[in-house]
Amino acid sequence: MKGNEAIAEAALRAGCRFFAGYPITPQNEIPEYMSKKIHEVGGTFVQGESEIASVNMIYGAAATGTRAMTSSSSPGISLKAEGISYLAAAKLPSVIVSVMRGGPGLGSIQPAQQDYLQATKAMGNGGFKLIVLAPATIQESVDLTYKAFELADRDRNPVVVLTDGVTGSMMEPVVLPSMIQVDKADKKWAVSGAMGRDKNFIAGTAGIHPEQQEEDNIKSKELYERWQREDVRVEEFMTGDADIVIAAYGITARIAKSAIKQLREQGIKIGLIRPITVSPFPYENFKNLDPNKVKKVIVVEMSIPSQMIDDVRLGLEGNIPTETFGRSGGVVISDDEIVDYVKRSLDKGGDK
Amino acid sequence: MEKIYSRTSTVLPKSSGFCPGCLHGTAHSILGKVIEEEGLREETIGILPIGCSTLGAFYWDLDVVGSAHGRAPAVATGVKRCNPNNTVFTYQGDGDLASIGLSEIIHAANRGENFTSIFVNNNIYGMTGGQAAPTTLIGQKSTTTPFGRSVEKDGYPMDMCNIISQLKAPVYVARFSLDTPKNIIAAKKGIQKAIRLQNSGKGFTFIEIMSNCPTNWGMSAVQSIKWMQENSLKEYPLGIFVDKYKEEF
Repeated sequence: MKGNEAIAEAALRAGCRFFAGYPITPQNEIPEYMSKKIHEVGGTFVQGESEIASVNMIYGAAATGTRAMTSSSSPGISLKAEGISYLAAAKLPSVIVSVMRGGPGLGSIQPAQQDYLQATKAMGNGGFKLIVLAPATIQESVDLTYKAFELADRDRNPVVVLTDGVTGSMMEPVVLPSMIQVDKADKKWAVSGAMGRDKNFIAGTAGIHPEQQEEDNIKSKELYERWQREDVRVEEFMTGDADIVIAAYGITARIAKSAIKQLREQGIKIGLIRPITVSPFPYENFKNLDPNKVKKVIVVEMSIPSQMIDDVRLGLEGNIPTETFGRSGGVVISDDEIVDYVKRSLDKGGDK
Repeated sequence: MEKIYSRTSTVLPKSSGFCPGCLHGTAHSILGKVIEEEGLREETIGILPIGCSTLGAFYWDLDVVGSAHGRAPAVATGVKRCNPNNTVFTYQGDGDLASIGLSEIIHAANRGENFTSIFVNNNIYGMTGGQAAPTTLIGQKSTTTPFGRSVEKDGYPMDMCNIISQLKAPVYVARFSLDTPKNIIAAKKGIQKAIRLQNSGKGFTFIEIMSNCPTNWGMSAVQSIKWMQENSLKEYPLGIFVDKYKEEF
């Protein structure tokens, strides 16, 4: 299946029964697929009049306990920021697919990873965090989208699937998970008309008193700390004997793997740490690298400047020098240029 | 002795935080009465965006969804499409609906979403302290039109009933007022009709309710009613703009 369509199909199988979206390249296949298919499983597709309306439609759908999703790309995600912040404040489980473009403003429409900081640090106002899942293959796009709905319901918090134009456009065979039917009635907090019970109130704020808001912020902090302990997903590839480690996520990690295989054939001991959850970030994997063995960590990313570098450095705690190498603006990085960069880098040492 | 009138059971029995003389309480009361009389207390979901309307979250004894500023019609779209058997209303002020939420209300109306929007128009932003709204009258002073609204700088007041009635989908569009008991009874009847149309699956219904803001207009309650009658009701004449099911309901 095509990457974006696979995400849409995985969402349907995860019980997603409401989708609202707005046209923007390179994510159009997701709303298009939903418009064709979601009615077959009893769901609803609405093309919103704007990104803002679309995200607020899933806010309404999620308030009824319905599994709901929206998708967009860079400037569209910026427009959704208001609604995503409200989703987090109102504790409404939902899934947001971000298919990244190549720069600020309109950006370029070609594949890039220019929205890492937006996704992992500030999807909107208020200092909330989300679990951000970054697939590197179509199968992983399926599996992580499926998982995203489960995590969203578990935490009553939105979850982001962070992908790019390559992963969204390429085709690969996939194994699809089974169809789930979610019973809205299980969500006792949802609105349904207060039949035989006290009213339910879904609020876009924790309360009007400072103490209520602070208490809620503390609870959120505890949730984020639990993610850091329990929900980190990461792949290590050939790091066991490595004296150089590449840090990369998503499509770039996949290209980097191919570069690593070539470099290994040339006798260079190099490995990869690939965050699958870029939030919560696998700080421990970087912390655990042996400074006596690993000479440097190179962050390879389809973003200039590198955006993941800050997280990598936090993990390394200053023990190992870092470098960054990337292409951006929609120029897809090649395995050959990663190989070249690593070889040049070996000649010149590293900077801390 | 027979009790012929009591407070509505859909609004919690506590004192409200609305300013003295504000007609929001009356608007809540008549909407609440309709919900009660139609037997919809356990089937209704209210969508409350930002403004004085937000305070309703504390008063309605109904399932309530608080929404972002102006976005109630989009949120209501999500709620109603997922729960078509619930009665769904948005309760929005004029800054919320006619300014920041203009796109959401127009498109929800144009899709013919099967819910009811209650639009309480008092020509000003109340919650934030009396700033100008798209509905502010020409010459009307506010904290952001200290010399009075001017056509040159601010344009003309926006007539939402007129705008929404240009669309093909809405089935009932009407403007009422809370300035007299007679008009309050008429407004209640209009709300009842809108809710009945919704519950018959007919489509989008829009009820504008002319209201006051004694605090930010800088008037007593009595003065504010007089000002409505002499000013805002002249700019916004009462009436039925669209009524596609005149006979049946």
